[in-house]
Amino acid sequence: MKIVVCVKQVPDSWSERQLRADHRLDRDAAERVINDLDTYAVEAALQIVEQHGGETLALSMGPASAEEAVRKALQMGVDAGAVVTDDALAGSDAVATARVLAAAIASLGADLVVMGVESTDAKMSVVPAMVAEVLGWPMLTQAQALSIDGATATIERQTATGHDVVQADLPAVVSVVEKFNEPRYPSFKGITAAKKKTVDVLTLAGLGVDPTTVGTAGSPTSVAAAQPAPTRGAGVIVDEDPAAISALVDFLAERRLV
Amino acid sequence: MTNVIVLADRADGALTKVTLEMLTLARGLGSPVAVITGPGADADAARATEYGAASVVLDPAAATEPVGRDVDLLAAAVAHFNAATVLVASNAAGKETAGRLAIRVGGGVVTDAVGVNADGTAVQPIFGGAMTVTTRVAGVAVVAIRPSSVPAEPAAGAGTVVALDVPASDRRRAQITASVEGQRSSRPDLAAADVVVSGGRGMGSADGFALVEQLADTLKGAVGASRAATDAGWYPHRFQVGQTGTTVSPQLYVALGISGAIQHRAGMQTSKAVVVVNKDREAPLFELADFGIVGDASTVVPALIAEIERRRA
Repeated sequence: MKIVVCVKQVPDSWSERQLRADHRLDRDAAERVINDLDTYAVEAALQIVEQHGGETLALSMGPASAEEAVRKALQMGVDAGAVVTDDALAGSDAVATARVLAAAIASLGADLVVMGVESTDAKMSVVPAMVAEVLGWPMLTQAQALSIDGATATIERQTATGHDVVQADLPAVVSVVEKFNEPRYPSFKGITAAKKKTVDVLTLAGLGVDPTTVGTAGSPTSVAAAQPAPTRGAGVIVDEDPAAISALVDFLAERRLV
Repeated sequence: MTNVIVLADRADGALTKVTLEMLTLARGLGSPVAVITGPGADADAARATEYGAASVVLDPAAATEPVGRDVDLLAAAVAHFNAATVLVASNAAGKETAGRLAIRVGGGVVTDAVGVNADGTAVQPIFGGAMTVTTRVAGVAVVAIRPSSVPAEPAAGAGTVVALDVPASDRRRAQITASVEGQRSSRPDLAAADVVVSGGRGMGSADGFALVEQLADTLKGAVGASRAATDAGWYPHRFQVGQTGTTVSPQLYVALGISGAIQHRAGMQTSKAVVVVNKDREAPLFELADFGIVGDASTVVPALIAEIERRRA
Protein backbone atom coordinates (compact mmCIF):
# COMPACT_ATOMS: atom_id res chain seq x y z
CA MET A 1 0.00 0.00 0.00
CA LYS A 2 1.46 3.32 -1.07
CA ILE A 3 -0.25 6.41 0.34
CA VAL A 4 0.39 9.91 -0.93
CA VAL A 5 -0.66 12.68 1.48
CA CYS A 6 -1.02 16.14 -0.02
CA VAL A 7 0.03 19.02 2.22
CA LYS A 8 -0.04 22.76 1.62
CA GLN A 9 1.95 25.56 3.16
CA VAL A 10 -0.35 28.44 4.14
CA PRO A 11 -0.14 31.71 6.08
CA ASP A 12 -1.02 31.06 9.71
CA SER A 13 -4.80 31.43 10.01
CA TRP A 14 -4.35 32.95 13.49
CA SER A 15 -2.64 36.00 11.96
CA GLU A 16 -3.77 38.94 9.79
CA ARG A 17 -3.50 37.97 6.13
CA GLN A 18 -3.35 40.23 3.10
CA LEU A 19 -3.15 40.39 -0.68
CA ARG A 20 -0.25 41.89 -2.63
CA ALA A 21 -0.74 44.66 -5.18
CA ASP A 22 -1.05 42.00 -7.93
CA HIS A 23 -4.00 40.43 -5.98
CA ARG A 24 -2.02 37.34 -5.07
CA LEU A 25 -1.73 36.07 -1.53
CA ASP A 26 1.06 37.83 0.38
CA ARG A 27 2.89 34.77 1.65
CA ASP A 28 5.47 36.86 3.51
CA ALA A 29 2.93 38.82 5.59
CA ALA A 30 2.32 36.01 8.04
CA GLU A 31 4.16 33.02 9.42
CA ARG A 32 4.03 30.08 7.00
CA VAL A 33 2.75 26.83 8.45
CA ILE A 34 1.42 23.49 7.27
CA ASN A 35 -2.33 23.77 6.58
CA ASP A 36 -3.91 22.70 9.85
CA LEU A 37 -6.47 20.43 8.15
CA ASP A 38 -3.71 18.56 6.28
CA THR A 39 -2.30 17.28 9.57
CA TYR A 40 -5.52 15.25 9.93
CA ALA A 41 -4.78 13.70 6.52
CA VAL A 42 -1.24 12.87 7.65
CA GLU A 43 -2.63 11.23 10.80
CA ALA A 44 -5.11 9.20 8.72
CA ALA A 45 -2.34 7.97 6.40
CA LEU A 46 -0.08 7.02 9.31
CA GLN A 47 -2.90 5.07 10.98
CA ILE A 48 -3.68 3.14 7.78
CA VAL A 49 -0.01 2.18 7.37
CA GLU A 50 0.24 1.21 11.06
CA GLN A 51 -2.72 -1.17 10.53
CA HIS A 52 -1.97 -2.52 7.06
CA GLY A 53 1.71 -1.81 6.37
CA GLY A 54 2.98 0.16 3.41
CA GLU A 55 4.69 3.45 2.77
CA THR A 56 3.69 7.10 3.00
CA LEU A 57 4.83 10.07 0.96
CA ALA A 58 4.00 13.74 1.58
CA LEU A 59 3.47 15.78 -1.60
CA SER A 60 3.28 19.53 -1.88
CA MET A 61 3.18 22.09 -4.66
CA GLY A 62 4.42 25.61 -4.12
CA PRO A 63 7.46 27.82 -3.77
CA ALA A 64 10.70 26.23 -2.50
CA SER A 65 9.59 26.99 1.08
CA ALA A 66 6.75 24.44 0.66
CA GLU A 67 9.38 21.88 1.69
CA GLU A 68 8.86 23.13 5.28
CA ALA A 69 5.27 21.81 5.22
CA VAL A 70 6.51 18.48 3.86
CA ARG A 71 9.17 18.35 6.62
CA LYS A 72 6.44 18.80 9.22
CA ALA A 73 4.67 15.72 7.81
CA LEU A 74 7.99 13.81 7.88
CA GLN A 75 8.41 14.78 11.56
CA MET A 76 4.99 13.32 12.26
CA GLY A 77 6.18 10.02 10.75
CA VAL A 78 5.65 10.12 6.98
CA ASP A 79 8.43 8.20 5.19
CA ALA A 80 9.44 10.52 2.35
CA GLY A 81 8.51 13.75 0.64
CA ALA A 82 8.23 15.42 -2.76
CA VAL A 83 7.74 19.08 -3.68
CA VAL A 84 6.67 20.27 -7.10
CA THR A 85 8.28 23.66 -7.44
CA ASP A 86 8.77 25.67 -10.59
CA ASP A 87 8.71 29.41 -11.38
CA ALA A 88 5.95 28.74 -13.91
CA LEU A 89 3.61 27.64 -11.10
CA ALA A 90 3.25 31.11 -9.56
CA GLY A 91 -0.38 32.27 -9.62
CA SER A 92 -1.89 28.80 -10.10
CA ASP A 93 -5.56 28.58 -9.15
CA ALA A 94 -7.41 25.48 -7.95
CA VAL A 95 -7.77 23.96 -11.44
CA ALA A 96 -4.07 24.44 -12.26
CA THR A 97 -3.07 23.12 -8.82
CA ALA A 98 -5.22 20.02 -9.28
CA ARG A 99 -3.64 19.33 -12.68
CA VAL A 100 -0.13 19.51 -11.22
CA LEU A 101 -0.94 17.40 -8.15
CA ALA A 102 -2.64 14.79 -10.35
CA ALA A 103 0.39 14.66 -12.66
CA ALA A 104 2.70 14.24 -9.66
CA ILE A 105 0.50 11.51 -8.16
CA ALA A 106 0.40 9.66 -11.49
CA SER A 107 4.19 9.89 -11.70
CA LEU A 108 4.86 8.85 -8.09
CA GLY A 109 2.26 6.09 -8.14
CA ALA A 110 -0.26 5.63 -5.30
CA ASP A 111 -2.94 3.23 -4.09
CA LEU A 112 -4.52 5.92 -1.96
CA VAL A 113 -4.33 9.71 -1.89
CA VAL A 114 -5.33 11.44 1.36
CA MET A 115 -5.94 15.17 1.60
CA GLY A 116 -7.35 17.65 4.12
CA VAL A 117 -10.84 18.81 3.26
CA GLU A 118 -9.73 22.37 2.53
CA SER A 119 -6.88 24.81 3.01
CA THR A 120 -7.32 27.59 5.53
CA ASP A 121 -6.14 30.25 3.04
CA ALA A 122 -8.27 29.74 -0.07
CA LYS A 123 -10.94 27.73 1.81
CA MET A 124 -12.44 26.43 -1.43
CA SER A 125 -12.63 22.74 -0.62
CA VAL A 126 -12.52 21.79 -4.32
CA VAL A 127 -9.00 20.47 -4.94
CA PRO A 128 -9.52 16.88 -3.67
CA ALA A 129 -12.57 16.48 -5.94
CA MET A 130 -10.69 18.03 -8.86
CA VAL A 131 -7.66 15.75 -8.41
CA ALA A 132 -9.96 12.70 -8.39
CA GLU A 133 -11.66 13.99 -11.53
CA VAL A 134 -8.37 14.60 -13.38
CA LEU A 135 -7.05 11.15 -12.41
CA GLY A 136 -10.39 9.51 -13.18
CA TRP A 137 -10.33 7.91 -9.72
CA PRO A 138 -13.27 7.52 -7.33
CA MET A 139 -13.67 10.30 -4.80
CA LEU A 140 -14.27 9.57 -1.11
CA THR A 141 -14.49 13.07 0.32
CA GLN A 142 -15.48 14.62 3.67
CA ALA A 143 -14.48 11.43 5.48
CA GLN A 144 -15.01 11.33 9.24
CA ALA A 145 -13.84 7.68 9.32
CA LEU A 146 -11.78 5.56 6.90
CA SER A 147 -11.06 1.85 6.71
CA ILE A 148 -9.25 -0.29 4.16
CA ASP A 149 -10.19 -3.88 3.37
CA GLY A 150 -8.04 -5.42 0.66
CA ALA A 151 -8.44 -3.21 -2.40
CA THR A 152 -11.52 -1.40 -1.10
CA ALA A 153 -11.68 1.83 0.89
CA THR A 154 -14.75 2.69 2.98
CA ILE A 155 -15.51 6.04 4.55
CA GLU A 156 -18.24 7.64 6.62
CA ARG A 157 -19.33 10.91 5.09
CA GLN A 158 -21.28 13.38 7.20
CA THR A 159 -24.71 14.34 5.86
CA ALA A 160 -27.26 16.89 7.09
CA THR A 161 -29.00 14.30 9.22
CA GLY A 162 -26.40 11.61 9.91
CA HIS A 163 -23.82 9.97 7.68
CA ASP A 164 -23.47 7.94 4.50
CA VAL A 165 -21.20 4.92 4.21
CA VAL A 166 -19.35 5.29 0.90
CA GLN A 167 -17.10 2.67 -0.69
CA ALA A 168 -14.70 2.60 -3.64
CA ASP A 169 -12.05 0.39 -5.16
CA LEU A 170 -8.46 1.60 -4.90
CA PRO A 171 -6.80 3.66 -6.14
CA ALA A 172 -9.00 6.44 -4.80
CA VAL A 173 -8.80 9.97 -3.42
CA VAL A 174 -9.93 10.52 0.18
CA SER A 175 -10.37 13.87 1.93
CA VAL A 176 -10.74 13.98 5.70
CA VAL A 177 -12.56 16.41 7.99
CA GLU A 178 -11.37 17.68 11.34
CA LYS A 179 -13.66 15.31 13.17
CA PHE A 180 -11.62 12.40 11.79
CA ASN A 181 -8.95 12.12 14.46
CA GLU A 182 -6.48 14.05 16.59
CA PRO A 183 -3.19 14.60 14.73
CA ARG A 184 -0.12 13.44 16.66
CA TYR A 185 2.60 15.88 17.65
CA PRO A 186 6.06 15.17 16.25
CA SER A 187 8.16 13.38 18.88
CA PHE A 188 11.78 14.30 19.51
CA LYS A 189 12.73 11.05 17.77
CA GLY A 190 10.46 11.94 14.86
CA ILE A 191 12.05 15.37 14.50
CA THR A 192 15.54 13.84 14.48
CA ALA A 193 14.56 11.10 12.03
CA ALA A 194 12.94 13.61 9.67
CA LYS A 195 16.30 15.30 9.10
CA LYS A 196 17.56 12.15 7.38
CA LYS A 197 14.51 11.65 5.16
CA THR A 198 14.64 12.72 1.54
CA VAL A 199 12.43 15.30 -0.10
CA ASP A 200 12.59 15.07 -3.89
CA VAL A 201 12.12 18.17 -5.99
CA LEU A 202 9.85 17.58 -8.97
CA THR A 203 9.72 19.98 -11.92
CA LEU A 204 7.04 20.52 -14.53
CA ALA A 205 9.39 19.25 -17.23
CA GLY A 206 10.06 16.12 -15.20
CA LEU A 207 6.31 15.53 -14.81
CA GLY A 208 5.60 16.29 -18.46
CA VAL A 209 3.27 19.17 -17.57
CA ASP A 210 2.99 21.91 -20.20
CA PRO A 211 3.93 25.15 -18.33
CA THR A 212 1.26 27.12 -20.23
CA THR A 213 -1.46 25.01 -18.55
CA VAL A 214 -0.43 26.14 -15.05
CA GLY A 215 0.46 29.37 -13.26
CA THR A 216 -1.27 32.65 -14.07
CA ALA A 217 -1.52 31.83 -17.79
CA GLY A 218 -3.06 28.39 -17.32
CA SER A 219 -5.50 29.29 -14.54
CA PRO A 220 -9.11 29.86 -15.58
CA THR A 221 -9.75 32.26 -12.72
CA SER A 222 -8.08 35.62 -12.25
CA VAL A 223 -8.79 38.32 -9.70
CA ALA A 224 -9.97 41.49 -11.46
CA ALA A 225 -10.32 43.66 -8.36
CA ALA A 226 -9.88 43.50 -4.59
CA GLN A 227 -11.07 45.95 -1.96
CA PRO A 228 -10.99 45.91 1.82
CA ALA A 229 -14.52 45.32 3.12
CA PRO A 230 -16.21 48.47 4.42
CA THR A 231 -15.42 48.90 8.10
CA ARG A 232 -18.32 48.54 10.48
CA GLY A 233 -19.53 51.65 12.29
CA ALA A 234 -18.78 51.75 16.00
CA GLY A 235 -21.45 49.91 17.94
CA VAL A 236 -23.12 50.61 21.28
CA ILE A 237 -21.24 49.02 24.20
CA VAL A 238 -22.91 49.16 27.62
CA ASP A 239 -22.42 47.61 31.05
CA GLU A 240 -24.73 44.87 32.25
CA ASP A 241 -27.87 46.20 33.99
CA PRO A 242 -31.65 46.03 33.39
CA ALA A 243 -31.53 49.11 31.14
CA ALA A 244 -28.89 47.39 28.99
CA ILE A 245 -31.09 44.31 28.56
CA SER A 246 -34.06 46.47 27.60
CA ALA A 247 -31.93 48.48 25.13
CA LEU A 248 -30.70 45.23 23.55
CA VAL A 249 -34.26 43.98 23.04
CA ASP A 250 -35.11 47.40 21.51
CA PHE A 251 -32.12 46.95 19.17
CA LEU A 252 -33.37 43.48 18.13
CA ALA A 253 -36.98 44.67 17.77
CA GLU A 254 -35.98 47.59 15.51
CA ARG A 255 -34.37 45.07 13.18
CA ARG A 256 -37.34 42.67 13.41
CA LEU A 257 -35.11 40.01 14.94
CA VAL A 258 -37.39 39.12 17.85
CA MET B 1 -30.63 35.11 -24.28
CA THR B 2 -27.76 33.40 -22.54
CA ASN B 3 -28.65 30.37 -20.45
CA VAL B 4 -27.59 30.17 -16.79
CA ILE B 5 -27.73 26.75 -15.15
CA VAL B 6 -28.79 26.41 -11.50
CA LEU B 7 -28.25 23.11 -9.69
CA ALA B 8 -31.10 22.85 -7.19
CA ASP B 9 -30.01 22.33 -3.60
CA ARG B 10 -32.65 20.23 -1.83
CA ALA B 11 -33.36 19.13 1.72
CA ASP B 12 -36.16 16.85 2.87
CA GLY B 13 -37.48 16.62 -0.69
CA ALA B 14 -37.89 20.37 -1.18
CA LEU B 15 -35.88 23.19 -2.73
CA THR B 16 -33.87 25.07 -0.12
CA LYS B 17 -33.89 28.85 0.23
CA VAL B 18 -30.51 29.20 -1.48
CA THR B 19 -31.97 27.49 -4.58
CA LEU B 20 -34.64 30.18 -4.84
CA GLU B 21 -31.97 32.83 -4.28
CA MET B 22 -29.83 31.33 -7.07
CA LEU B 23 -32.81 31.29 -9.47
CA THR B 24 -33.45 34.97 -8.64
CA LEU B 25 -29.77 35.75 -9.28
CA ALA B 26 -29.79 33.74 -12.53
CA ARG B 27 -32.77 35.76 -13.85
CA GLY B 28 -30.62 38.89 -13.70
CA LEU B 29 -27.93 37.20 -15.81
CA GLY B 30 -29.97 35.40 -18.44
CA SER B 31 -32.44 32.60 -18.84
CA PRO B 32 -32.42 30.24 -15.81
CA VAL B 33 -32.22 26.48 -16.36
CA ALA B 34 -33.03 24.54 -13.17
CA VAL B 35 -31.39 21.11 -12.85
CA ILE B 36 -33.22 19.18 -10.13
CA THR B 37 -31.97 15.77 -9.02
CA GLY B 38 -32.96 13.13 -6.51
CA PRO B 39 -36.20 11.47 -5.40
CA GLY B 40 -39.20 13.78 -5.80
CA ALA B 41 -37.40 16.05 -8.27
CA ASP B 42 -40.50 16.19 -10.51
CA ALA B 43 -42.58 17.68 -7.71
CA ASP B 44 -40.11 20.57 -7.28
CA ALA B 45 -40.30 21.70 -10.92
CA ALA B 46 -43.33 23.92 -10.18
CA ARG B 47 -41.54 25.71 -7.34
CA ALA B 48 -38.48 26.36 -9.55
CA THR B 49 -40.80 27.74 -12.22
CA GLU B 50 -42.39 30.14 -9.70
CA TYR B 51 -38.92 31.58 -9.16
CA GLY B 52 -38.19 32.01 -12.84
CA ALA B 53 -36.90 28.75 -14.30
CA ALA B 54 -37.30 29.02 -18.09
CA SER B 55 -36.24 25.39 -18.52
CA VAL B 56 -36.18 22.47 -16.11
CA VAL B 57 -34.06 19.32 -16.28
CA LEU B 58 -35.27 16.53 -13.97
CA ASP B 59 -33.48 13.40 -12.75
CA PRO B 60 -35.51 11.78 -9.97
CA ALA B 61 -33.19 8.78 -9.46
CA ALA B 62 -31.60 8.43 -6.02
CA ALA B 63 -27.89 9.20 -5.98
CA THR B 64 -25.69 6.11 -5.82
CA GLU B 65 -22.53 8.12 -5.19
CA PRO B 66 -22.01 11.60 -3.73
CA VAL B 67 -22.28 14.32 -6.42
CA GLY B 68 -21.25 12.06 -9.35
CA ARG B 69 -24.58 11.95 -11.16
CA ASP B 70 -25.07 15.69 -10.65
CA VAL B 71 -21.73 16.33 -12.39
CA ASP B 72 -22.76 14.10 -15.34
CA LEU B 73 -26.10 15.93 -15.69
CA LEU B 74 -24.61 19.40 -15.37
CA ALA B 75 -21.94 18.61 -17.97
CA ALA B 76 -24.69 17.47 -20.37
CA ALA B 77 -26.76 20.57 -19.56
CA VAL B 78 -23.80 22.91 -20.15
CA ALA B 79 -23.38 21.37 -23.61
CA HIS B 80 -27.11 21.29 -24.45
CA PHE B 81 -27.85 24.85 -23.32
CA ASN B 82 -24.46 26.25 -24.38
CA ALA B 83 -24.24 27.81 -20.91
CA ALA B 84 -21.30 29.92 -19.72
CA THR B 85 -22.38 30.11 -16.07
CA VAL B 86 -23.41 27.38 -13.62
CA LEU B 87 -24.60 28.22 -10.11
CA VAL B 88 -24.48 25.72 -7.24
CA ALA B 89 -24.98 26.14 -3.48
CA SER B 90 -21.78 26.90 -1.60
CA ASN B 91 -22.00 23.92 0.74
CA ALA B 92 -19.85 20.79 0.93
CA ALA B 93 -21.64 18.90 -1.86
CA GLY B 94 -22.05 22.00 -4.03
CA LYS B 95 -18.37 22.88 -3.88
CA GLU B 96 -17.31 19.33 -4.80
CA THR B 97 -19.77 19.32 -7.68
CA ALA B 98 -18.32 22.66 -8.81
CA GLY B 99 -14.76 21.35 -8.68
CA ARG B 100 -15.44 18.21 -10.68
CA LEU B 101 -17.62 20.03 -13.20
CA ALA B 102 -14.97 22.70 -13.87
CA ILE B 103 -12.43 19.99 -14.71
CA ARG B 104 -14.98 18.05 -16.82
CA VAL B 105 -16.18 20.98 -18.96
CA GLY B 106 -13.07 23.15 -18.98
CA GLY B 107 -13.87 26.04 -16.68
CA GLY B 108 -13.01 27.63 -13.39
CA VAL B 109 -14.54 27.74 -9.93
CA VAL B 110 -15.36 30.52 -7.50
CA THR B 111 -16.69 29.41 -4.10
CA ASP B 112 -18.47 31.34 -1.34
CA ALA B 113 -19.63 33.93 -3.88
CA VAL B 114 -22.17 36.53 -2.76
CA GLY B 115 -23.00 37.76 -6.26
CA VAL B 116 -22.38 37.48 -9.99
CA ASN B 117 -22.07 40.63 -12.11
CA ALA B 118 -23.63 41.11 -15.55
CA ASP B 119 -20.17 40.65 -17.13
CA GLY B 120 -19.94 37.19 -15.54
CA THR B 121 -17.41 38.13 -12.85
CA ALA B 122 -18.11 36.73 -9.39
CA VAL B 123 -17.92 38.65 -6.12
CA GLN B 124 -16.52 36.87 -3.09
CA PRO B 125 -15.46 37.86 0.42
CA ILE B 126 -12.06 36.42 1.41
CA PHE B 127 -10.10 36.17 4.66
CA GLY B 128 -13.41 35.81 6.46
CA GLY B 129 -14.83 39.00 4.98
CA ALA B 130 -11.86 41.31 5.57
CA MET B 131 -11.60 41.82 1.79
CA THR B 132 -13.87 41.45 -1.22
CA VAL B 133 -12.50 40.20 -4.53
CA THR B 134 -14.03 40.18 -8.00
CA THR B 135 -12.95 37.20 -10.08
CA ARG B 136 -13.04 36.70 -13.82
CA VAL B 137 -13.41 33.14 -15.11
CA ALA B 138 -12.20 31.90 -18.50
CA GLY B 139 -14.35 29.11 -19.93
CA VAL B 140 -17.43 27.95 -18.05
CA ALA B 141 -17.79 29.84 -14.74
CA VAL B 142 -18.91 27.45 -12.02
CA VAL B 143 -19.92 29.66 -9.10
CA ALA B 144 -20.88 28.39 -5.65
CA ILE B 145 -23.29 30.86 -4.03
CA ARG B 146 -23.38 31.41 -0.29
CA PRO B 147 -26.86 31.24 1.28
CA SER B 148 -28.60 34.56 2.13
CA SER B 149 -26.44 36.55 -0.31
CA VAL B 150 -29.38 37.84 -2.36
CA PRO B 151 -33.11 37.98 -1.57
CA ALA B 152 -35.29 35.32 -3.24
CA GLU B 153 -38.07 36.96 -5.28
CA PRO B 154 -40.70 34.98 -7.19
CA ALA B 155 -41.28 35.73 -10.91
CA ALA B 156 -42.87 33.00 -13.00
CA GLY B 157 -40.81 31.43 -15.78
CA ALA B 158 -41.87 29.18 -18.65
CA GLY B 159 -40.70 26.05 -16.81
CA THR B 160 -40.36 23.97 -19.97
CA VAL B 161 -39.22 20.49 -19.03
CA VAL B 162 -36.28 19.47 -21.20
CA ALA B 163 -35.29 15.79 -21.33
CA LEU B 164 -31.56 15.20 -21.61
CA ASP B 165 -30.21 11.79 -22.47
CA VAL B 166 -27.41 11.30 -19.97
CA PRO B 167 -26.15 7.71 -19.94
CA ALA B 168 -24.57 6.34 -16.79
CA SER B 169 -20.89 7.16 -16.86
CA ASP B 170 -18.37 4.34 -17.22
CA ARG B 171 -15.91 6.09 -14.89
CA ARG B 172 -14.75 4.23 -11.79
CA ARG B 173 -17.05 5.47 -9.03
CA ALA B 174 -17.64 5.49 -5.34
CA GLN B 175 -20.81 3.81 -4.11
CA ILE B 176 -23.08 4.80 -1.23
CA THR B 177 -23.66 1.49 0.56
CA ALA B 178 -25.70 2.75 3.54
CA SER B 179 -27.27 5.93 4.86
CA VAL B 180 -27.38 6.26 8.61
CA GLU B 181 -29.87 8.70 10.13
CA GLY B 182 -28.52 10.55 13.10
CA GLN B 183 -30.37 12.61 15.61
CA ARG B 184 -32.36 15.27 13.84
CA SER B 185 -32.07 18.77 15.15
CA SER B 186 -35.16 20.94 15.48
CA ARG B 187 -32.91 23.96 14.94
CA PRO B 188 -32.09 25.49 11.55
CA ASP B 189 -28.94 24.53 9.65
CA LEU B 190 -25.98 26.53 10.99
CA ALA B 191 -24.62 27.66 7.62
CA ALA B 192 -27.97 28.95 6.34
CA ALA B 193 -29.65 30.16 9.56
CA ASP B 194 -30.96 33.74 9.81
CA VAL B 195 -29.97 33.86 13.48
CA VAL B 196 -26.91 32.21 15.07
CA VAL B 197 -26.19 32.19 18.79
CA SER B 198 -22.64 31.04 19.60
CA GLY B 199 -20.90 30.27 22.86
CA GLY B 200 -17.21 30.34 23.72
CA ARG B 201 -14.79 29.82 26.54
CA GLY B 202 -16.80 32.25 28.70
CA MET B 203 -19.65 29.73 28.96
CA GLY B 204 -17.38 27.86 31.35
CA SER B 205 -18.48 24.28 30.71
CA ALA B 206 -20.59 21.94 28.57
CA ASP B 207 -23.49 22.70 30.94
CA GLY B 208 -23.05 26.39 30.16
CA PHE B 209 -24.15 25.63 26.58
CA ALA B 210 -27.70 24.99 27.80
CA LEU B 211 -28.01 28.79 28.01
CA VAL B 212 -26.70 29.18 24.45
CA GLU B 213 -29.32 26.69 23.26
CA GLN B 214 -32.11 28.42 25.20
CA LEU B 215 -31.35 31.80 23.64
CA ALA B 216 -31.02 30.19 20.19
CA ASP B 217 -34.45 28.60 20.63
CA THR B 218 -35.98 31.87 21.86
CA LEU B 219 -34.65 33.58 18.70
CA LYS B 220 -35.44 30.53 16.49
CA GLY B 221 -31.77 30.36 15.56
CA ALA B 222 -28.94 27.87 15.18
CA VAL B 223 -26.32 27.16 17.84
CA GLY B 224 -22.64 27.76 17.11
CA ALA B 225 -19.46 27.48 19.16
CA SER B 226 -15.94 28.88 19.12
CA ARG B 227 -13.01 26.60 18.53
CA ALA B 228 -11.98 26.98 22.18
CA ALA B 229 -15.37 25.57 23.21
CA THR B 230 -15.36 22.67 20.73
CA ASP B 231 -11.72 21.81 21.51
CA ALA B 232 -12.68 21.72 25.19
CA GLY B 233 -15.39 19.19 24.27
CA TRP B 234 -18.24 21.43 25.46
CA TYR B 235 -20.06 21.27 22.13
CA PRO B 236 -19.63 19.04 19.03
CA HIS B 237 -17.04 20.07 16.43
CA ARG B 238 -19.58 20.32 13.62
CA PHE B 239 -21.03 23.44 15.26
CA GLN B 240 -17.73 25.28 15.20
CA VAL B 241 -17.90 28.75 13.63
CA GLY B 242 -14.60 30.03 12.30
CA GLN B 243 -11.76 29.65 9.87
CA THR B 244 -11.57 25.88 10.19
CA GLY B 245 -15.29 25.41 10.86
CA THR B 246 -18.45 26.81 9.30
CA THR B 247 -18.60 30.32 7.86
CA VAL B 248 -21.89 32.02 8.72
CA SER B 249 -23.44 35.24 7.50
CA PRO B 250 -26.78 35.52 9.34
CA GLN B 251 -29.05 38.52 9.87
CA LEU B 252 -28.10 38.32 13.56
CA TYR B 253 -25.03 36.81 15.20
CA VAL B 254 -24.96 36.66 19.00
CA ALA B 255 -21.57 35.84 20.56
CA LEU B 256 -21.66 34.77 24.20
CA GLY B 257 -18.37 34.60 26.09
CA ILE B 258 -16.30 34.63 22.87
CA SER B 259 -13.23 36.86 22.99
CA GLY B 260 -12.94 37.01 19.20
CA ALA B 261 -9.68 35.43 18.03
CA ILE B 262 -9.06 36.14 14.34
CA GLN B 263 -9.82 32.45 13.76
CA HIS B 264 -13.38 33.02 14.98
CA ARG B 265 -13.93 36.43 13.40
CA ALA B 266 -13.07 34.96 9.99
CA GLY B 267 -16.15 32.75 10.26
CA MET B 268 -18.73 35.40 11.24
CA GLN B 269 -17.67 38.93 10.41
CA THR B 270 -19.95 39.25 7.39
CA SER B 271 -22.98 38.83 9.69
CA LYS B 272 -25.48 41.67 9.20
CA ALA B 273 -25.90 42.50 12.92
CA VAL B 274 -23.55 41.38 15.70
CA VAL B 275 -24.35 41.27 19.42
CA VAL B 276 -21.51 40.53 21.85
CA VAL B 277 -21.75 39.61 25.52
CA ASN B 278 -18.43 39.30 27.36
CA LYS B 279 -17.13 39.93 30.87
CA ASP B 280 -13.89 41.28 29.45
CA ARG B 281 -14.28 44.87 28.24
CA GLU B 282 -11.08 44.40 26.19
CA ALA B 283 -12.39 41.38 24.23
CA PRO B 284 -11.50 42.05 20.55
CA LEU B 285 -14.94 40.91 19.37
CA PHE B 286 -16.45 44.14 20.77
CA GLU B 287 -14.78 45.86 17.76
CA LEU B 288 -17.29 44.07 15.51
CA ALA B 289 -20.29 44.53 17.82
CA ASP B 290 -23.30 46.58 16.77
CA PHE B 291 -24.52 46.11 20.32
CA GLY B 292 -22.30 44.89 23.15
CA ILE B 293 -22.92 44.19 26.79
CA VAL B 294 -19.97 44.00 29.16
CA GLY B 295 -21.26 41.38 31.54
CA ASP B 296 -21.55 37.73 32.43
CA ALA B 297 -23.47 35.63 29.90
CA SER B 298 -24.79 33.43 32.74
CA THR B 299 -26.84 36.38 34.05
CA VAL B 300 -27.32 38.41 30.83
CA VAL B 301 -28.87 35.53 28.86
CA PRO B 302 -31.64 34.62 31.36
CA ALA B 303 -32.50 38.32 31.75
CA LEU B 304 -32.57 38.74 27.96
CA ILE B 305 -34.81 35.70 27.45
CA ALA B 306 -37.16 36.94 30.19
CA GLU B 307 -37.39 40.43 28.61
CA ILE B 308 -38.05 39.01 25.11
CA GLU B 309 -40.78 36.73 26.49
CA ARG B 310 -42.30 39.56 28.56
CA ARG B 311 -42.64 41.70 25.42
CA ARG B 312 -44.04 38.83 23.37
CA ALA B 313 -46.67 38.08 26.00
